[in-house]
Amino acid sequence: MDINNGAIVSLIDIHKTYRTGETEVPAVRGVSLEIKRGEFVALMGASGSGKSTLMNILGCLDRPTTGQYILDGADVSRLDRDRLADIRNRQIGFVFQNFNLLPRTSARENVELPLVYSEQRLTHAELREKADRVLTSVGLAGREDHYPSQLSGGQQQRVAIARALINQPEVLLADEPTGNLDSRTSVEIMAIFQRLNERGITVIMVTHEPDIAAYAKRNVMMRDGVILSDHLVLQRADAGSQLQQQPASPS
Amino acid sequence: MRIAPTFNVALRALRRNKLRSVLTALGIIIGVGAVIAMVGIGNGAKAQVEAQIASLGQNVILIFSGSTTSSGIRTGWGGAGTLKIEDAEAIRREVPGVIGVSEEVVSTTQVAAGNQNWFTRIYGESADYFDIRQWPLADGAPFTSQDVRSANKVCVIGRTTATQIYGNENPIGQILRIKEVPFTITGMLTPKGLSTQGVDQDDIVIMPYTSAMKRVIGGTTLRNINVQIADAQQLEAAQQQIVSLLRQRHNIRPGRDDDFTVRNQQEIAQAATATSRVMTLLLGAIAGVSLVVGGIGIMNIMLVSVTERTREIGVRMAVGAHGTDILTQFLIEAVTLSSGGGVIGIICGIGASKVLSAYANWPTLISISSVAIAFLFSAAVGIFFGFYPARKAAALDPIEALRYE
Repeated sequence: MDINNGAIVSLIDIHKTYRTGETEVPAVRGVSLEIKRGEFVALMGASGSGKSTLMNILGCLDRPTTGQYILDGADVSRLDRDRLADIRNRQIGFVFQNFNLLPRTSARENVELPLVYSEQRLTHAELREKADRVLTSVGLAGREDHYPSQLSGGQQQRVAIARALINQPEVLLADEPTGNLDSRTSVEIMAIFQRLNERGITVIMVTHEPDIAAYAKRNVMMRDGVILSDHLVLQRADAGSQLQQQPASPS
Repeated sequence: MRIAPTFNVALRALRRNKLRSVLTALGIIIGVGAVIAMVGIGNGAKAQVEAQIASLGQNVILIFSGSTTSSGIRTGWGGAGTLKIEDAEAIRREVPGVIGVSEEVVSTTQVAAGNQNWFTRIYGESADYFDIRQWPLADGAPFTSQDVRSANKVCVIGRTTATQIYGNENPIGQILRIKEVPFTITGMLTPKGLSTQGVDQDDIVIMPYTSAMKRVIGGTTLRNINVQIADAQQLEAAQQQIVSLLRQRHNIRPGRDDDFTVRNQQEIAQAATATSRVMTLLLGAIAGVSLVVGGIGIMNIMLVSVTERTREIGVRMAVGAHGTDILTQFLIEAVTLSSGGGVIGIICGIGASKVLSAYANWPTLISISSVAIAFLFSAAVGIFFGFYPARKAAALDPIEALRYE
């Protein structure tokens, strides 16, 4: 059943070419990558390196032009829009650079959002209970009724993480999750990622900051649409202990 | 399908923009309200016309002196003076199925009693008239066939004329001077109110046509003859027989036009209701235009809303919304605006027509069907004008929607 010996994500010779008018622009040019269950991968590269395109493909937001994408043992590279939407709903959690929370919508309702489109039918009370539990797990107990505009950047990103976790996905995809945050808040977010990773969730994170990539277990560097290097992080930063050393600033 | 949660999402979105939602719905509110009120006025007028026509009596054929235009509108009636008393008698005698004939002459003149006087209409009729018109007396007795034969100086009086001359006094048995001829009032008619043309039908004095011709109006010809037929089935045949009888009596050669006009009550009713139907249609059409304008308003706001919420749509798709979920959400928003506006519009329209009835004295008639049609139409407007923006939202690419600034 498990054809990829423990790999949750397996990319085989992925190409993605955008067509703008007459010219074809290759964004990803032959990437093969295998990510095992429980890994924490930082996908790095300058802008234009193809890392965002690869991220969209990994997140089932886009399909490769050629190549195969095996997610949890199933080929998802040729699925239609609606099937891809179902995969995103069930198996993938998204965290974005600009949080992408719904404005004028409470933290709780933002977290409940994926459940609206889920196959499981929950009562209003169940929805609420589930959302509040996840919000508590990211340290936002008591802020359930706050609007995004009433929360700090770090808190907004935690709401977004709670939203990504609500359907208990196997893979968490984060696109520059600390891009809009100060350094201390970035460490806090990394601490959450590392904790989630220890609990067995596979984390794939796009970043261009080397010190953020240092929190991952494995760094994959891209350039011009191909993988330039792929290595394990030898001296891994531990966000939890860093936070303990630094006294907490009032947030 | 996940209709129920999507419904909640749509309602929440509308609640987030309360003022905008209300203003958008206002277009539909005004449109539907206008349709309901206008059609109510039109239907009210139509119902009134129909009631008036029905009050002409059952199975009645009217024969007028003079000819007509092709559209059926009488011109120069009475002036031609072609109908004779003998014509009416011939109809009574020779046309089968006739149960009542009333020779009619009409004039307006000054009437007086004591120191009061009043300008009113004088109708000369036969004793059958009250049965033909189904116009019973409120008090007293009608004049009789004997009165008609003897041209007696008797009359019955309408409520308005009675009030003008006698005030609150009982007019029965009183003497009314008409052109200096004293008439005894034998009865008072039940009030009929205004006709469709706004004429007070109770401002009238009715007397035997013989008395009218001999003592008040003069002349030897009738303005018209009212004929009542026993059975609606015989109406057509009786009408044809009357035409051929009168042509023969008036020596009209084949190919020449009649010098009289025969109309039955149904034809008059059809002409009158056709007019008011056209009017209802026109009012409804004008009001319908504002409903369409309201729909365009909804489309406009929905398009703005889709653009404004592009990021939201992207997020929803990223976490698993299908295109149909997004389509449904925006369609529900549009239909909620339009049908909600429809319901409020119906209430406003009914209110407006009640106010018009009360203060402007216009009869209005709100039918269940016009309410139902207005509601369904407003919902349809929402679907029609909401579909394009909703489809536009559903067709968005999640990657581009997420990146939208």
